[in-house]
Amino acid sequence: MHVHYQDPYRPGRSLIHALDARVKLLVTIAFILTVALIPPGFWPVYILLLSLIISVEILSEIGVVYVLRRSILVLPFMLAALPIIFTLQGAPLFTLSLGGWTLTATQTGMERFISIVLKSWTSVQAAIVLTSTTPFPDLLLAMRSVKIPRMLVTIFGMMWRYLFVLGDETLRMMRARASRSGQSDTPSLKAGGSIIWRAHVTGGMAGSLFIRAFERSDRIYMAMVARGYDGDVRTLAQPKTSLLNWLVLVFSLLLFTALLALAYLL
Amino acid sequence: MLYSVEPMHIPDGFLSVPVAAVLWIVSIIVVGYALMRVNKDLDERKVPLMGVLAAAIFAGQMLNFTVIGGTSGHLMGAAIATILLGPWAAVLVMTTVVSVQALIFQDGGLLVLGANIFNMAIVGVAVSYMVYTTFQKLSGGKKWGVFAGGFAAAWFSIEVAALGVGLQLALSGTSPANIAIPTMAGIHALIGIGEGLITVGTLAVIYAARPDLLRAGAEPSPGGVLLWVAGLAIAAALAIISPLASAHPDGLEWIAEQQGFLTTAKEPIYNIIPDYVFPGVTNEALATILAGITGTLIVFAVALIVAYTRRSRQTA
Repeated sequence: MHVHYQDPYRPGRSLIHALDARVKLLVTIAFILTVALIPPGFWPVYILLLSLIISVEILSEIGVVYVLRRSILVLPFMLAALPIIFTLQGAPLFTLSLGGWTLTATQTGMERFISIVLKSWTSVQAAIVLTSTTPFPDLLLAMRSVKIPRMLVTIFGMMWRYLFVLGDETLRMMRARASRSGQSDTPSLKAGGSIIWRAHVTGGMAGSLFIRAFERSDRIYMAMVARGYDGDVRTLAQPKTSLLNWLVLVFSLLLFTALLALAYLL
Repeated sequence: MLYSVEPMHIPDGFLSVPVAAVLWIVSIIVVGYALMRVNKDLDERKVPLMGVLAAAIFAGQMLNFTVIGGTSGHLMGAAIATILLGPWAAVLVMTTVVSVQALIFQDGGLLVLGANIFNMAIVGVAVSYMVYTTFQKLSGGKKWGVFAGGFAAAWFSIEVAALGVGLQLALSGTSPANIAIPTMAGIHALIGIGEGLITVGTLAVIYAARPDLLRAGAEPSPGGVLLWVAGLAIAAALAIISPLASAHPDGLEWIAEQQGFLTTAKEPIYNIIPDYVFPGVTNEALATILAGITGTLIVFAVALIVAYTRRSRQTA
């Protein structure tokens, strides 16, 4: 199964799981904002933030290793920041020569690069903790309470409901394609026609996926109408926020402010 | 292949806060306008349709085919969404795809979600719409207009969005302009061909089986002229700015100077920490140790609190 098509929610009974989804959503965004606002090269605060998120991972009982494994998702994007090591002005650190090119790494560049990587890695861990400990329907309710338009949240929810259905549908199509297509171990024997032909086959699969999606959405609409849908989506009332949740929210926001103050005033 | 990370989804940490904030504002305005437009249609059938189609686009991104060697082409979907649903619903569908990818699967960051929505849902759809409707007009609604228009819409939407990503990375000081922009443009010129070919294949099936579905996108949509102009303006602006920025010997500094805000945004920070470039070694070591101790204390305190609450829950 493609990893993207598994619900990343991991059930549990930890304190983090028990927190109100609204609090978790707000605190996660505030945390990522804090990480983004720390100036480059400010290592002590980076370490604090990293230890903070790792401690939350331990608390959430979803497993630090699991989060770290998922967080390697951001690694490929780091290539985009790599050239900055060599292009920023600063004291030379080391020199690479590639054929005719010589590249000089500077301390400023290196500092900026490591900062970007650390920030990105810390932020993605926070997002992973949020989605691993919060069922998506709760997250949808939380989005409603932070005034994201109802229609948009409804579409999010619809997409979520049918994502796995259509994901399975796609996997079945791919399995069918694989079982129809012969392949040879001899490298000189190329499998399956030209690029255009291959693209055409894949396009055909995508086309039938979309047609099926259209037809499915018609059936869903009928089923919704049959159950009294009148164009308005009603949601349950938001549950009350307990004192503990308020404390967590206020304490986290104070902590982030303190860290920012530390970074800017020290 | 476990993850298919596209270089299009920017993770957190790669955009500066001003750039992310500006793009959030733009995205909120445009998505808000699209919501209003779709709401005005009063077509309640559209809500499940948009949700299911967003899921189909997300799932359809799994469909890939080998281009050469290890590289593969697959669908991103802004063009196909625009052609099937018309521009405003397509903005919402792509916003949904990008948001759920970021929220659930960490494909793209949360703070930079505004930028990712801007690139894929707004630029992608506006450019697709501009190109596709132009081809429709030129062909007079003939068959070749659908296919050539579909291919061109897919290619241009990818390419222009990629230029946007490159420019945003350069503006944020994350990647030098003279490297980021040509690289993004080069890679996506190829990816765009894959996208274009799949889009044509998709359109061919739909054209044969359900030609009625292609009519929705072809109808003139209210506010469409606005979007057409926006699509053209974005494409033209990026086509002009990008080579200028990347051809300049020091692209990043040049853009920063032109924009002004980067220097004003960053300078005060550097002044507060005068030894930011070469922090005193002893100072830094001390600070690191202090940070380590503080961090450990926080972890310890939190763990204690949890242990305490667990115990009290059990006794209760």
